Amino acid sequence: MAPPAQSQRSSSPSQPSGKSEVSDLKLQLRQLAGSRAPGVDDSKRELFKKVISYMTIGIDVSSLFGEMVMCSATSDIVLKKMCYLYVGNYAKVNPDLALLTINFLQRDCHDEDPMIRGLALRSLCSLRVANLVEYLVGPLGSGLKDSNSYVRIVAVIGVLKLYHISVSTCVDADFPSILKHLMLNDSDTQVVANCLSALQEIWSAEASTSEEASREREALISKPVIYYLLNRIKEFSEWAQCLVLELVAKYMPLESDEIFDIMNLLEDRLQHANGAVVLATIKVFLQLTLSLTDVHQQVYERIKAPLLTLVSSGSPEQSYAVLSHLHILVMRAPYIFSSDYKHFYCQYNEPYYVKRLKLEMLTAVANESNTYEIVTELCEYAANVDIPIARESIRAVGKIALQQYDVNAIVDRLLQFLEMEKDYVTAEALVLVKDLLRKYPQWSHDCIAVVGNISSKNVQEPKAKAALIWMLGEYSQDMQDAPYILESLVENWDEEHSAEVRLHLLTAVMKCFFKRPPETQNALGAALAAGIADFHQDVHDRALFYYRILQYNVSVAEHVVNPPKQAVSVFADTQSSEIKDRIFDEFNSLSVVYQKPSYMFTDKEHRGPFEFSDELGNLSIGGEAADNVVSAQRVEANDKDLLLTTSEKEETRGSSNNGTDYTAPYDSSSTSVFASQTRMELEISNPTSAGHAPQASLGIDDLLGLGLPAAPAPSSPQLKLSSKAVLDPSAFQQKWRQLPVALSQECSVSPQGVAAFTSPQALLRHMQSHSIHCIASGGQSPNFKFFFFAQKAEETSNYLVECVINTSSAKAQIKIKADDQSTSSAFSTVFQSALSRFGIP
Amino acid sequence: MISQFFVLSQRGDNIVFRDYRGEVAKGSAEIFFRKVKFWKEDGQEEAPPVFNVDGVNYFHVKVVGLLFVATTRVNVSPSLVLELLQRIARVIKDYLGVLSEDSLRKNFVLVYELLDEVIDFGYVQTTSTEVLKSYVFNEPIVVDAARLQPLGPAAIFMQGSKRMPGTAVTKSVVANEPGGRKREEIFVDIIEKISVTFSSSGYILTSEIDGTIQMKSYLTGNPEIRLALNEDLSIGRGGGSVYDYRSSSGAGPVILDDCNFHESVRLDSFDMDRTLALVPPDGEFPVMNYRMTQEFKPPFHINCLIEEAGHLKAEVILKVRAEFPSNITANTVVVQMPLPKYTTRASFELEPGAVGQRTDFKEANKKLEWGLKKIVGGSEHTLRAKLTFSQESHANITKEAGPVSMTFTIPMYNASRLQVKYLQIAKKSSSYNPYRWVRYVTQANSYVARI
Repeated sequence: MAPPAQSQRSSSPSQPSGKSEVSDLKLQLRQLAGSRAPGVDDSKRELFKKVISYMTIGIDVSSLFGEMVMCSATSDIVLKKMCYLYVGNYAKVNPDLALLTINFLQRDCHDEDPMIRGLALRSLCSLRVANLVEYLVGPLGSGLKDSNSYVRIVAVIGVLKLYHISVSTCVDADFPSILKHLMLNDSDTQVVANCLSALQEIWSAEASTSEEASREREALISKPVIYYLLNRIKEFSEWAQCLVLELVAKYMPLESDEIFDIMNLLEDRLQHANGAVVLATIKVFLQLTLSLTDVHQQVYERIKAPLLTLVSSGSPEQSYAVLSHLHILVMRAPYIFSSDYKHFYCQYNEPYYVKRLKLEMLTAVANESNTYEIVTELCEYAANVDIPIARESIRAVGKIALQQYDVNAIVDRLLQFLEMEKDYVTAEALVLVKDLLRKYPQWSHDCIAVVGNISSKNVQEPKAKAALIWMLGEYSQDMQDAPYILESLVENWDEEHSAEVRLHLLTAVMKCFFKRPPETQNALGAALAAGIADFHQDVHDRALFYYRILQYNVSVAEHVVNPPKQAVSVFADTQSSEIKDRIFDEFNSLSVVYQKPSYMFTDKEHRGPFEFSDELGNLSIGGEAADNVVSAQRVEANDKDLLLTTSEKEETRGSSNNGTDYTAPYDSSSTSVFASQTRMELEISNPTSAGHAPQASLGIDDLLGLGLPAAPAPSSPQLKLSSKAVLDPSAFQQKWRQLPVALSQECSVSPQGVAAFTSPQALLRHMQSHSIHCIASGGQSPNFKFFFFAQKAEETSNYLVECVINTSSAKAQIKIKADDQSTSSAFSTVFQSALSRFGIP
Repeated sequence: MISQFFVLSQRGDNIVFRDYRGEVAKGSAEIFFRKVKFWKEDGQEEAPPVFNVDGVNYFHVKVVGLLFVATTRVNVSPSLVLELLQRIARVIKDYLGVLSEDSLRKNFVLVYELLDEVIDFGYVQTTSTEVLKSYVFNEPIVVDAARLQPLGPAAIFMQGSKRMPGTAVTKSVVANEPGGRKREEIFVDIIEKISVTFSSSGYILTSEIDGTIQMKSYLTGNPEIRLALNEDLSIGRGGGSVYDYRSSSGAGPVILDDCNFHESVRLDSFDMDRTLALVPPDGEFPVMNYRMTQEFKPPFHINCLIEEAGHLKAEVILKVRAEFPSNITANTVVVQMPLPKYTTRASFELEPGAVGQRTDFKEANKKLEWGLKKIVGGSEHTLRAKLTFSQESHANITKEAGPVSMTFTIPMYNASRLQVKYLQIAKKSSSYNPYRWVRYVTQANSYVARI
């Protein structure tokens, strides 16, 4: 029987190109299928290998399904494994044929060798064919009870696979509760770990529809489970340790003693050689200590050394992942890392993505004592052959200058850049000098002297050219040649491709005209003519506008175009502190590497096994009946925000405001400045309004007057809310995710209100009487969190509110999101006045 | 939780491809490869190890020119996945002896077998070579190690030096010797990567040693092992500045900034006598990683001079002096220096009687390259290069060239003076006396002199 196969096998292995090879294989497999000749297993192995290698390179060998199954009757475990692999790959597209395999897989599930039992069970569950699930339940049930841990390990994951094929079959067989039992009782830690993975996935998916599942999911982060897992942590494999630690990071201890116990227990995990374990541990430490400001700082000090060690050991890829996390910590608390700046120096052979992170860190940690050395180092990079890094380095020097106290020396360095005569260096430096002058106009003399020597012909990059032109316009009285340089630029109007540059040129010529009219008049005429004829809409409009305003009244024009300027104190931050906080909450995840919160790059169902933030599914639905409020502990455990103390919040806000980590905008348009100033005002108003706290009901009008100049006058008609508003929880969730925060404020709760705050329900009823409905609530004294919504009467415009009330400080923090942003402040008034009347009969 | 794992060759072919969850479309390998190959974001040409395309996150590590890739849609811990990829590469290497495209292709069935046990439905089960042994049945097909580029830092022991049993590090943990008997032996390698930056005036701006104690055990029966380090070793630099160059080099205690240890290491008596106890699992693994910024004597002193020598001409003089004892030899030394952009030609002049040296002017990126096969301790070597420019240099010529960077390997030398004083193997019988190899090597990580 065997010989024909032998001879065919020896035929040279031809290039796999497609059909003929596959049909050839089919023939050979068929010949071997029934054979019992000695050595037939070896021949089969060779053939199977060929099949699998075709499969790997993407040739469709699914037509061999029947033959492969026929050949699978063997006791050779290597052959079996290859067959399982093949079957697992093609069963989904060949559901009918997959049925053929059930038989032998089921038989193998009862093999006396636990290895075979495990393998067969794994393959059986990997078929991913919905109409075969009935065959899975039996083997899985016995697999979970198997005396061998390998089989149980496989069976637990098998349950999860079954869940993904057929939810009802899995749930009806009561597998989740069996897993729960195993998780809490099995002697093998890998079984426990797999149960945890499986249950997290299953219960997270079920939680949206089942109250019970969401309770079960909460139970995973309850004290008994957490302690049970923590006590065994060293028995787990390093990977399972990461899983457990990720869970522990969600746990909110009730007493500070607990926090220290957990941290002491996990202390030695920081010395682990596996970076994933260390980062997971750090996350636990950071989350646990959020409410203990002092300890939180100590944690930063403690984790510094292990993080730096991880950055410098391991592959470049691993150190990048760790460095990204170090980066976020440095950006949050630069002062803690200011003496470690040398660790952030770039090495010449590092990839760009590493150097970029390091440059940002160097910028952030610069302070009085290390600025000189950091800037010296950055200047070395500026002369570097690596042009993108040279550019980034110059920008970094500029940022340090903008955040520094002693700018003197740095200005000199920047001016030296201008003299290096490398076009990209000059370009970057010009942009920086421009920003610097906007913040420190007193340096204009030194800068202008150098800038005046730069030939505009050597500057090609639009941003740099725009910066140069801005300076020519702004300081035309100090630069001898300004009108003539501008004139020659106007002459070459048609060759200027960047609209941004042309816009700047128009404005600069105008400014120059007001300062040195006779010398500029010609240039201005030419510029306006060219501008009005420009095909670019904005350029055209601006030229026309200038022309008409000049016609109307020259002094008015001067007032509009060239008013006295105020120095810019802080440039707008590119990332809001809310986003930064969100990223920090998602520490040890991709959010940190991408520098984006997960909702920006992931679909909801993939945000991670334990993603709770802004999910309401786990808060109770209080839409119809206010009494239906969830037990306090649950909510508290899953919402970190709740435990953030007021001062903590203030602090994070403060640190992002002092300009340590912003990115300077390159455009000189005044909008960005304005935006930053309004933002500042808003944020400053918060503590002020808090200061007016004692008489809360009076304080509200104050608050409006102070913080929101744009708010309607108190006398204006009040916003009418619909008393019969309806919004289902999922719609609420979706809106909450999509809408930006329109208003974020802190207000006070009257002493009577606090006194009346015996239970959250009381407040819910009160708010409902003001047509503000609660959709979810929770918390435990002194912190309570509510999600409210309201609708405008006769319109379907929604207002969403997150309100965190601290009864001990009598403060409420509210975040309002609205479909119609323009009315959000009016709504805020309504909301706050409703809140303030709480407890007042 | 990962969705797929695959290994791609340099040309982008799938060598192995395993889909664990069926959540990511099959074409992901092509999408990934195209993205990496033609990466052009932020003006860069090098893809970061993690990126997202259409909601799918791609992770990759490069090992011996192969791309080990994982995909997922979930917001997972990046260091977990990257660590895992690296670990999978190590497990495969433990099994195959040599990790290369060739060995992977020959053994892909074995690799699939490993992958089935390492990850199930996207969840990591185990990456321990030891544990995997009982689940994996394919015998590795050994490829000829001599022709292949080996993996990992220990591979440097294969170069040159005859004292070392070079091929041993490429031995599979499961394959038997041709004689049928396994040789009882254990390797402990102290591998240090040093980074030094010299200022233009020659003093040290920054220096760091990143070391690892790597172990590879072929001992049967997993006996306990004790590794004794320097008795005066201390960890953590309390109080004082991190960079402190006042202490004299060559003597005094070894002070590590920080270190971490492998799972299996017990530190019961570490505080007392600086001894690490462990039962080494099969395969290669780091016992301890450490980091040191204490001052040390740099092995090489670099001197570089560039000056204009007439119209459109300049001369470069590069001097390298080996500051280690003469019984030690550095090998595979390469000195590189970027030259001014407008350099068109460079002619080189080596010292008389120079052997094993080569010089090159890389036209494309305007780089000078000087290779030396060997540098004996205490010796000094000089290179002179005459440059021709295509245009007048405007500014200071030293701002247009440099910095000088250097790569090298120095066997039997370690800059930190950290030592394995003894390696004790718990005895099974009086006749049991396995081979023990303790080897030191120092490599340049970033060794730069500014001019």
